Amino acid sequence: MSGETATESLIKTPYYDFHVEAGAKMVPFAGFLMPVQYKGITAEHIAVRENVGMFDLSHMGEFEVNGPQALEFLEYTTVNNVSKMNIGQCLYNCMCLPDGGIVDDLLVYKLPTRFMLVVNASNIEKDFDWLSVQTEGFDVKLTDKSAETSLLAVQGPNALKVLSEITDYDLESMKYYSWALAEIAGIDILFSRTGYTGEDGFELYIAPEHADILWNAITEAGKKYDMKLIGLGARDSLRLEMKMALYGNDIDSTTTPIEAGLSWIVDFEKEFIGKDVLLKQKEEKPTRRLVCLELEGRVFPRQGYDIFDGAEQIGKLTSGTFSPTLQKPIALGYVPRRLSKSGSTVEIEIRGKRFTATVVKPPFYKKASHR
Amino acid sequence: MELEQRVNVPSELKYTKEHEWVKVEGNMATIGITDFAQSELGDIVFVELPAVGSAVAQMKSFGTIEAVKAVSDMFSPVTGKVTEVNQTLDSDPMIINREPYEAGWIIKVELSKTSEIEQLLDDSSYKSIIAD
Repeated sequence: MSGETATESLIKTPYYDFHVEAGAKMVPFAGFLMPVQYKGITAEHIAVRENVGMFDLSHMGEFEVNGPQALEFLEYTTVNNVSKMNIGQCLYNCMCLPDGGIVDDLLVYKLPTRFMLVVNASNIEKDFDWLSVQTEGFDVKLTDKSAETSLLAVQGPNALKVLSEITDYDLESMKYYSWALAEIAGIDILFSRTGYTGEDGFELYIAPEHADILWNAITEAGKKYDMKLIGLGARDSLRLEMKMALYGNDIDSTTTPIEAGLSWIVDFEKEFIGKDVLLKQKEEKPTRRLVCLELEGRVFPRQGYDIFDGAEQIGKLTSGTFSPTLQKPIALGYVPRRLSKSGSTVEIEIRGKRFTATVVKPPFYKKASHR
Repeated sequence: MELEQRVNVPSELKYTKEHEWVKVEGNMATIGITDFAQSELGDIVFVELPAVGSAVAQMKSFGTIEAVKAVSDMFSPVTGKVTEVNQTLDSDPMIINREPYEAGWIIKVELSKTSEIEQLLDDSSYKSIIAD
């Protein structure tokens, strides 16, 4: 069960000492040493659904795109419509390969003079290399700011109350998926009303030299509301209850946004890498779709378990958990289109036994506070 | 290893290398999983228990533990017959996380081979296993 891990080469975020002090279980994740849990994943999950929690997400990657053709470059390399963005907005987006496979999913921030991209930690190098190659022919400058940017997220129905303790900025008026630059705990901070939990919340991008001040200020403000620290374990179950895709599990270079149920972020009115394949797939309808599956009883579906239609193995689960909020087994997986309608049933094999799973409409959890 | 100092290994119990503990009183054995095991598994979501009256054999699986992080087989430290299972685990499986050696016990077994006890690990041998 144990096992040696070469922790020396792993990157510690600026909050490492705080995690250890709080009793976190630290694990290697995408080249970083990250807290997977503090007191327990279930309690942390419930804290975010019902109250408020703080996450260290400094492992995420941040790129800047500057230059006269920054907009044209992003229109070409991503599937969503960046040209419709106003300064102050954030946009969920995807980069695709020419064959439609997903390079990464990301957030785009439109800043006054440039764009900021927030990418998955596991893909920082791959994304940067991919985008660098695409810059040819564009008058743009791509910069990896990941090492100079730490990220804290405050998520949950009481997130706004916690942050209101340490800023005069009118958080209430901020729209979901917008960003602002304001003084928080005496420091000018870029932050957005975004998250990966389904709950109301904020993500704050902080220079490492201010990391201690922010951590301490948010922790102090959070005491009044019994804010909890949240690890990557609960982050995974929170996003799964919302059917938010996780790169490497539910989406990757072998799946397309159309198959993954992300057609809503693909803008076919513009030209972009992978458009031909995605358009054909949308018109002809994909052969398989990523669906939400609910199981009955006391079973725990996990990534990699086989999905069956009768005797035929038709796919594998890409994510699964025993939902802490709904108290039932939930999973994501790709199934043939004929079985992708809600109400369809398939079977999941769990350690030699078959269990019926029903396709349900996303999200699993429908009472989240996000707006 | 940092974990070692935080993990509780009571000296009065016997252990398996698969991280079960057993407490023997006469010909009755109480079986559970160790503090180290619960800490590695994280939050326990449910436990699949054998039926009362069923037979268990030494180092054969007698049930499974589903935790958030992984599923794990439980291996019986001894051979015998299950006389009682911990009903509390049905409604509160995380009691194993909180009290692995007390209220979080898993099954009670009537021993059929008391000599098997000698093959089990004592606390210091078990500590050296989890320190590796």
